[in-house]
Amino acid sequence: MLRALAHRVLTAGAVVLGVVTLTFFVLRLAPGEPVERLLGPTATPAQLAAQRRALGLDQPLPAQYRAWLARSVRGDWGESIATGRPVADMLARAWPSTVGLVGLSLVLSYAFGIAVGMLQASRSGTRVDTALSVGTVTLFAIPGYWLGLMLVMAFSYGLRMLPAFGAAGLDADYLSGWARLADRLQHLALPLATLVLIGVGGTARFVRGAMLDVLTQPFVVAARGRGLPDVLVLRRHVLRNALIPVVTLLGLSLPVLFTGVVFVEAVFAWPGVGGVLVQAVQARDYPVVMAATTVSALLVVAGNLLADVLVAAVDPRLRARVVGPPPA
Amino acid sequence: MTRVLRDRRGLFGAVILLVAVLVAVLAPLVTSGAPGASRDVVTTRFQPPFTTDAYGAFHPLGTDRLGRDVWTRLVYGARVSLGVGVLAVLLSVAIGTLVGGAAGFWGGPLGLALLGVTDFALAVPRVVLLLLLAAFWEPSAALVIVVLGATGWMSLARLVHGEVRGLAVRPFVEGAIALGASRRRVLWRHVLPNAMTPIIVAAALGVGNTIVLEAGLSFLGLGVQPPTPSWGNMIASGRDTIVNAPWVAAAPGLALVLVVVACTLLGDAVRDAISGQSSSFSRQLS
Repeated sequence: MLRALAHRVLTAGAVVLGVVTLTFFVLRLAPGEPVERLLGPTATPAQLAAQRRALGLDQPLPAQYRAWLARSVRGDWGESIATGRPVADMLARAWPSTVGLVGLSLVLSYAFGIAVGMLQASRSGTRVDTALSVGTVTLFAIPGYWLGLMLVMAFSYGLRMLPAFGAAGLDADYLSGWARLADRLQHLALPLATLVLIGVGGTARFVRGAMLDVLTQPFVVAARGRGLPDVLVLRRHVLRNALIPVVTLLGLSLPVLFTGVVFVEAVFAWPGVGGVLVQAVQARDYPVVMAATTVSALLVVAGNLLADVLVAAVDPRLRARVVGPPPA
Repeated sequence: MTRVLRDRRGLFGAVILLVAVLVAVLAPLVTSGAPGASRDVVTTRFQPPFTTDAYGAFHPLGTDRLGRDVWTRLVYGARVSLGVGVLAVLLSVAIGTLVGGAAGFWGGPLGLALLGVTDFALAVPRVVLLLLLAAFWEPSAALVIVVLGATGWMSLARLVHGEVRGLAVRPFVEGAIALGASRRRVLWRHVLPNAMTPIIVAAALGVGNTIVLEAGLSFLGLGVQPPTPSWGNMIASGRDTIVNAPWVAAAPGLALVLVVVACTLLGDAVRDAISGQSSSFSRQLS
């Protein structure tokens, strides 16, 4: 068990290193250069060369890669080329917003999604099931940035209930404790609703499918045959088995969720890592892109690892197998 | 096929997709103007839906900030959005089938290496790759197709790998090998044709997802560039005028949702119709 886990952690580390290496070289081979953008069109070649030397960009690429790796392993992410601020500082400001948004939306969309999926599976084929299916397939199809826009149109401009963008009001620093909390929650409402609505659609569809798969198994028929009430059959026999693929999905959906949150952050001007990343890529701000990619790759891989461990916790049969090396 | 169409979801999905494709192909017939056509901007801009402007032109979906007809742009944008979605998915199907088929059929060190590459590519945050690749060249429709195709093949490769592994041990494959057919011929003529159905279902589901991502890239300004209309850059341009002209962003979004729902329902119907024939993939797709 421990050896298997160690093997998984090692592979995960190799994957992160691979992602980081790939990003480094793809980023450097991309046309456009931060120094030209930093100094503007009036800079002389001598000024450009001096700035490149100051930033270490005149070194050969492999040497730069080794230097970056050596520094970042020690936790030194360097300074942003575009703003001059420490990268660690920029990310430390941005990550809590993104992680809070993603974490909350994940919890809520799984809670609602599992509830809706269970309800559908237990009433499969009825009008309730059909109506909810229409709802979930529609939610699943809506692009996040468009749903965000429509919610802004309805709740910010139409009803004038909720703020349209940002994570806090302009006057947030002058508010007292409770008022500041209320301000935060108001700003959180629309981006969170966007992510949760879309998440519920996908999760409910998946849970319904997984539960219907289990419902046809002989052991469910046997449990019913023994006279167990439907509620107990559903909770003890069906849900536990249906949760296995759902937990796997949780791990696999993290990268997708991260992609989605970048777009939603763009719509709501949410001060998270998505905005930092988009701006940094456009400005070819190498240190910022590298740091943001590394942290997101770490999070994605850690999420997959966590999902594997959770699966083993849900399903005793898999405790040795799933965490072990992949079958050849 | 008939079983798919007898399914209400399948029928709905097929009809919607058929209408969308027909409208896109016959764009000049269902609308009179050109997608970039505008007259006097000041008098014709921000016309609400179902109005006739000062020149007597009727706008079923209103006009945008340059006085361009939203319906016309929607119809021509369908060509771009549907075309990009379908071509990008075809590209990922080609890559995924090649990688997954080779990994599943030959196995051994090559198979392991290919599976490793697939798992690695799955772990790369797709949005980072999209942003980087989209920044490589000047944004264009062709670039979006390549970028979306090159970052979307991994789940298909896994699916094909599983199918091929299951098929490779079936008696008819052993029989073909025993008859002296070359490995490549067996894979091409006997194994892959039998793995086609799940591939088609996954592709149908993938088209919807890809259209959404294309729109997302265009929305961030990295996709199809204006004035060429795509549903994504139409939503993006409507974002600025959401207060006084909400229809500009609402119309392409609704079209997008309708098409993606149709893809999903059609995929569901096909999957259910054939779920008795193939065991392993029905759950992977749901």
